Amino acid sequence: MNIAVVVRQVPDLVEPLEIDASGAALDVDEVEFLINETDDHALEQALLLKESGGGSITVVAIDFGQVDDVLYTAAAKGADRIVKIPYDDDDRPPRPAEAAAMIAEAVKDIDAELVLVGSSAHDELEGVLAPLLALKLELPYLGVIRGVKPGEGGSVTAFKEFPGAAMAQMNVKLPAVLGILAADQPPRYVPVSRIRAAMKSTEFEEKETAAAVPEPNVTVLRMHHPEPSGRAEMLTGSEDEVAARLAEILKEKGVVQ
Amino acid sequence: MSAQDILVLAEVNQDAVADITFELLGGARELAGATGGQVVAVLLGHDVAKHAESLSAADRLIVIDDEQLADFSPAPYLAVLESLVGSEGPRAVLAGSTTIGLDVAPMLGAKLNAPVVNACQQVAVEGDLLKITAAICGGKVLAEVEVSASPAVLLILPGSFRPTEETGAATVESRPSPVELHRGAVTFEKMILPAPGDVDITQQDVLVAVGRGIQQEDNMKVAEELAAVLGGELAASRPIIDQGWLPTTRQVGKSGMIVKPKCFIALGVSGAPEHVEGMKDSELIIAVNTDPGAPIFDVADYGVVADLLDVAPALTEAIK
Ligand SMILES: Cc1cc2nc3c(=O)[nH]c(=O)nc-3n(C[C@H](O)[C@H](O)[C@H](O)COP(=O)(O)OP(=O)(O)OC[C@H]3O[C@@H](n4cnc5c(N)ncnc54)[C@H](O)[C@@H]3O)c2cc1C
Ligand SMILES: Nc1ncnc2c1ncn2[C@@H]1O[C@H](COP(=O)(O)O)[C@@H](O)[C@H]1O
Repeated sequence: MNIAVVVRQVPDLVEPLEIDASGAALDVDEVEFLINETDDHALEQALLLKESGGGSITVVAIDFGQVDDVLYTAAAKGADRIVKIPYDDDDRPPRPAEAAAMIAEAVKDIDAELVLVGSSAHDELEGVLAPLLALKLELPYLGVIRGVKPGEGGSVTAFKEFPGAAMAQMNVKLPAVLGILAADQPPRYVPVSRIRAAMKSTEFEEKETAAAVPEPNVTVLRMHHPEPSGRAEMLTGSEDEVAARLAEILKEKGVVQ
Repeated sequence: MSAQDILVLAEVNQDAVADITFELLGGARELAGATGGQVVAVLLGHDVAKHAESLSAADRLIVIDDEQLADFSPAPYLAVLESLVGSEGPRAVLAGSTTIGLDVAPMLGAKLNAPVVNACQQVAVEGDLLKITAAICGGKVLAEVEVSASPAVLLILPGSFRPTEETGAATVESRPSPVELHRGAVTFEKMILPAPGDVDITQQDVLVAVGRGIQQEDNMKVAEELAAVLGGELAASRPIIDQGWLPTTRQVGKSGMIVKPKCFIALGVSGAPEHVEGMKDSELIIAVNTDPGAPIFDVADYGVVADLLDVAPALTEAIK
């Protein structure tokens, strides 16, 4: 199966997130970027499908943040081709609709039967890339998926998450775009030595796009950090002091005798 | 039908109206109060008319009953909504940030050339504008945005609006699908429910929930020991389930279980909105996290900024 996987960069939430001078955007210079977690799962799902049924994987990404690291890692994990889309704005990640327009152009050339992309990203504010990409490609879409199995006659079986740990088993005729939340297995680990080797052997294919980019129709006035609600009473002291106080609280509340 | 109406996309899950729908109706009531329009609920499905009564807090309820809508699939849902929202022309469409909303609302917005805002927590009407606060980056950043175009398509985070308790007298309009529906490329086969046999975390008095802060599978025993002395059970955030360290039945949150134990201890859980949705109504919430800015401290009663690998064993000892 010929699979295209879309990966993108998102801010690392473990690092502090600064707001820039405009007051209405994240300060991109201060942000550590990493692969969007659900895109990482999309890549893993592609690797699993390739391992079970053969085929080829093309990873597509817009050139933003530290995406090269992600792309070399993808190559080291087993991606066959890497397509990078030039993007000239260093200060602002592309909005979902913009990314969808650009990526759709690049994906059209790949002739993929299956397009896998993370079903959402934590920094998406104006729309969601995965379904918008499907719309641009004029392909059927199904998202919030936790696992994909090869199916009969040009189809796959996708498992869509529902509340209460329920899962809908869905048949999807290809070609299609699937928004992946989690792969059948956690993303694999790849040793740094293999990534280094991939850096030497991998050629990125550049794909300029001339996609018409839609104008934003949402105005961001301000971004800020939520005020701590002050709800929690914070306990301080050594771990034994804190533990003793917590044990008391649990007793007072009747949780322990 | 008015350009000031607020349209609510109702959801039915396992044959019951989803909680988020009552929250959306609650939010829609306030918004419609401000715009002077009506609340129009839309229910898509097959044999769903029986749910009409529980949706009576709306002013109007449009029920589209069609065999092709029996089980969720994005294309037919989108086709119906595109036509319906196009003809109703509301001020805003409220959809839950759910497995259904996330599949349909972004495409609906694109098809209608309408603004779409994700992760909405607050929505207010100011003249011709809608002012929205959205919680992005796992709740670590709030974005205040404004939209002027109608309709605006808003994906609402669960827990944002107070659920309506009103039982109004909605006029029910049962209609055939406004567009011809055909079996698309995506078809439902069956629903897979969690395997019975594991503990039901919704029935526990004490839950010790572990998040990614636990770092390694080996460290799980620290939480297990604490749960054991408390007579409780282990629960987890999604990354732990995705790692396969606990079964899906232990997941708390949007796609997992909604729990309300007497005591919920969150160890290394950041408090992303999708997780908080599942545990915020616990009677007593204790959170241990190394990051003083972790959103979990906004829902916790007691917080400790420390390494869970130090605090959890100390607490286990203190209780013993
Ligand atoms: C459609 C959808 C549905 C979802 N459904 C769910 C759901 O049902 N349930 C759910 O939980 N999530 C769900 N999520 C995922 C959710 O958005 C978050 O990604 C997830 O809850 C984060 O889990 P976490 O808090 O364990 O990890 P992180 O956000 O990575 O947080 C780890 C925390 O541990 C702290 N920490 C690190 N080391 C230590 C230490 N040594 N001691 C103490 N603290 C430490 C860090 O400061 C951090 O706050 C869903 C997401 C989507 C898009
Ligand atoms: N009205 C509809 N009802 C059901 N499926 C549809 C409808 N319109 C389009 N589809 C399906 O949705 C997918 C995408 O269609 P398109 O809108 O042509 O991009 C295809 O699989 C179509 O068969």
